[in-house]
Parts: sequence; C-alpha cells; structure tokens
Amino acid sequence: MAKIKVPAPPVPDQLKPKPKRPGKTYGPQTPVEHGAEAGASTVGWIDERTSLSGGARWMMFRKVPKGTNWFYTLGSATMFAFLSQAVTGVFLAMYYDPAPKGAYESIRHINDDVFLGELVHGMHKWGSSVMVVLIFLHMGRTFFFGAYKYPRELNWVIGVVLLILTMTMSFTGYLLPFDQRSYWASIVGVNINGTGPLVGPYLNDFLRAGPYFGATTLSRFYSIHMLLVPGAIAALMGFHLYLVARLGTTAPPWLKPKTAEALREEEVAA
Amino acid sequence: MNKQQKEEYLRGYGVMKSQGKPFFPYAIAKDSAMACIVMVVIILMAVFLGAELGPKADPTTTTYTPRPEWYFFFLFELLRIIKPPALVPLATIGIPTICMILLFLLPFYDRGPERRPERRPIATTAGIFTIAAMGYLTYLGATAAPPTTIDVPVPKNVTAQGAAAVATYKAGQQVVAQSGCGACHRFGEAGNAGPGPELTKVGARLPAAAIQRTLLNPTAPMPSFAGLQQTSPQQFNDMVMFLSSLR
Ligand code: HEM
Repeated sequence: MAKIKVPAPPVPDQLKPKPKRPGKTYGPQTPVEHGAEAGASTVGWIDERTSLSGGARWMMFRKVPKGTNWFYTLGSATMFAFLSQAVTGVFLAMYYDPAPKGAYESIRHINDDVFLGELVHGMHKWGSSVMVVLIFLHMGRTFFFGAYKYPRELNWVIGVVLLILTMTMSFTGYLLPFDQRSYWASIVGVNINGTGPLVGPYLNDFLRAGPYFGATTLSRFYSIHMLLVPGAIAALMGFHLYLVARLGTTAPPWLKPKTAEALREEEVAA
Repeated sequence: MNKQQKEEYLRGYGVMKSQGKPFFPYAIAKDSAMACIVMVVIILMAVFLGAELGPKADPTTTTYTPRPEWYFFFLFELLRIIKPPALVPLATIGIPTICMILLFLLPFYDRGPERRPERRPIATTAGIFTIAAMGYLTYLGATAAPPTTIDVPVPKNVTAQGAAAVATYKAGQQVVAQSGCGACHRFGEAGNAGPGPELTKVGARLPAAAIQRTLLNPTAPMPSFAGLQQTSPQQFNDMVMFLSSLR
C-alpha cells in the first residue's frame, strides 16, 4: 500500500521544532519529545534495573504446538475464576465482620444495604462453584490427554495440591455467612474430618481453635480462608505456570511429529 | 518410559513445538475469550441465583439441615452407601485417602509412553468410571433432602401411660424431625438410610440413659446436642423420651 502524505498544518515559526545541531546528543530534547517517549523510557528504566523483559518475552512469545484446542483454555479459565474470587473477596472483606455476634448481620448488611453488595456476594458464592467445575474439567483434560506423563509429572502433583487447597477454600468459606445451614454443615464436616487417620484429631483442634466449636472458630476459619490458603494457592499457581512455560504445553496426543525427513520432502515438493 | 523413549518424546515434542504458533497472541486470544465466558457465567449466576441467607446460626437451635455445598455431596454420599459401622471409618477416610494417594502418585505408576486415550484402555476406563461414580453420588446427594416431619405411630407402651406421655412423645418427635436427624437416620418411613444407624426401634436396643449419653457425646460426624440441653432442657428431655420409647 502506498503511503499517503498528509500536508503539514501551518505552524508558526516559533513552535517549529528546531533542527538538531550536529554534535548534539541523541534522544528526546524538548519536553514534548520526552512526553512522547515517556512509556518506552519508563519500561526501559525498569528493565535496566530488573531485566524483566527477558522473562516476559520468554513467557509470552514461547511457542505452543499446533493443534492446541479449546480444552487447553481450561487451566487459564480456572486461574481467571480464582482471580475473580480474589477481587470479589477483597470487597466482601471490607464489610465482613468475623465474629459470631456480627458475622451474620454483616452479610445481611452487604446484601441489603451496600451498593452492588448482593451482586458481589453472589459472584463470590457462585464463582466458587464455577472454579470447582473448571478445576475438575482441567484435571480431566490433563488426565485424558496423558499430560501428566514425562516430563510434566511434577506439574500434576502441584495440580493435585491446588485441587485440595481449592476444596479447602470452599470448606472454610461455607461457614462464614454463619447461617444455620453453614453452621451445622461445618460442624458435621469438621466432625467427619476428625475421624481421619493420625492427623485428623489434631487438624480438627487446629480448625476449631480448641476441642469445640467456639467463639474463635469463626475467625480462625476466616483467616485460613482469606490469608493462608489463597496465599498458598497463588504461590503454587505461579510455580504451576512457570513449569507450563518451562516444559511447554503438550501437543494433542493424536498428533505425531513430522520427522525431519518428511519435512524435507515437503520442502522439496513445495 | 526408559531413557530412549524419553529422548524420543522430547525430540518429537521439540519438533511439534517449533512448528507451532507463539503463545501471544494466538493462545492468549483463546484464553481471553474463555475468561470472558467465565465472567459472564459468574455474573449471570449471581444475578439470577442471588446470594440468599438462611436463618442466623444458632448453636442451641433445633431446626437445621446439615447439608454441605453441592460439590461435597459425593463425599457425604459415600457415608450413606457404606452402612456397617465397622466400615464407616473406611468410607469417611479410607476411600478418600486412598483416592488422593492414587491421584498424587498417578504419574509415578502410569509411566507408559502412550498418550492417546484410546490406547490407554485401563487409564481411560478408570477415569470414566471415576467421573461416572462421582456424578452418580452427587445426584444421589442432590435428591436426598432430609424430611421435615417424622410420623412414627405412637407405640402401645406410650399410649398405656396416658395422655401426658403421648404429648411428650409427640413433642419429642417434632424436635427430632426439626433437628434434621432424618438427614442421616431412618425413622419408620421417613429419613435417609445412613450414614447413621436406623432409629425406628432404637428404644429396644438402648436404655434412655445411653441415648442421652450419645446425644451429648456423639460419635463423629453427628453433632452434639449439649447446647440444646443447656438452653432448653425440656426439649432435650422430650427428645430422649421419644427416642427411648421407639420399640
Ligand atoms: C488452581 C488450579 C489450577 C490452575 C489455575 C491451573 C492452571 C494451568 C494452566 C494455565 C495450564 C496451561 C495449559 C492449560 O491451560 O491446559 C496448566 C497446565 C497443566 N495443569 Fe493445571 N491448573 C490448576 C490445577 C490443576 C490440577 C488440579 C491438575 C491435576 C491434578 C493440573 C495439572 C496440570 C498439568 C499436568 C498441566 C500441563 C498440561 C499440558 O502441558 O498440556 N492443574 N494448568
């Protein structure tokens, strides 16, 4: 396509950029020029000090094998659901009161009074179901595609830990609204947990903050739900993704690599 | 996979990767489209299904339904399916623990080089079976709502004691029904058969004192009724009286 030359608007002489004098330094000179370069120079400034651009390029411009289909989006969809939970969770935490006396009322307040409160509460509540469904689908994809085999064994193991942590999130979150259903279901759940081998009873004492469901149980569930487990999930997700980029995503199992010979023949034919 | 198979895989994978497309923008575009779908689904669910609250938690109350979130149904149903008390620890902990260990160690015992699902008949069958079993258990859990009323005909030994005894019996029956005991126990026609034992004739098996002890200090996963005894001893005693006259 031929470039169209736009005629320059008439600019008063005083405002015209002065031609550079020979011998002057390179780079932007006037404030306007500095402004135009601001984005690039900020990135450059940061990169000069962190060398992050190499990592970003490595992550973003790595190649993904041919034939990668929509099933491969399930992992990132799980991550997106987690991010949605994190954001809605932050807003809920601004109003939530993790005390047995105030918890229920504070959720009532979120639902009834806070601007968009019920929507955000609903998104957090149903987002958990969506995330659980997606994590199982993602696990099914990696299972049926044999993606857990060499060299991605460790990524599978990290995935199983992520699965357990996600279920822990739902378990500890279920108590927080502190209505009848969540209260009694959590008691039964903790009791089931307590029959576990070896660690069961100790785990229970830790969860309940004592031998019985008491005043501190709720705040303990809350801190596990919003600090301990999400922190662990975020860290492990980072490692999971690092390994994905490091090892590459699997090709669909029914695709065979073209051998070097087949490639050469193709080239000759073309 | 032995060393040769590993190298073969890495070589083949390297070729396929080099023939692929860059992650940005091709894979990112699909991922973003999927993220939009996820967002829309979450918002639609929030708008149409809402975030209703039940009545406030009350440790001393007698009306509750101990139901977990739906994706825990399959675990809860395991309890119901495996009845003999000796096997209950197996159901609650044994099977889930074994499944978790099998899941963790999967890449270490399934080490064959084959990746196509149709050429891994054992793995594929086991996977489909697991999904079907979990789906079935979830379905069972979703349809097993606890009853809100229990109707066991007044036994003769109670009628013989006069109207006051019958009234206590009825009051106790109502407390038991509202306490959601039917979620785990069977009373005549009402209630779920498990994980707890059937209580239709519990009075014939256990004396009142033993029933009271169990209510205060139950075996897991049953919740304790000590709170009820403290706040409304009347209701608690009605409950014990009702249960011990079931024979
Ligand atoms: C919080 C939960 C999880 C997140 C955010 C997550 C995220 C991801 C992402 C973004 C990928 C890239 C490829 C793809 O999307 O398919 C991936 C790959 C993978 N994930 Fe996950 N994942 C999670 C849980 C799991 C679980 C539960 C498992 C299995 C038990 C698992 C096993 C794997 C494996 C084996 C791969 C490599 C797949 C391949 O290279 O084709 N992940 N994960």
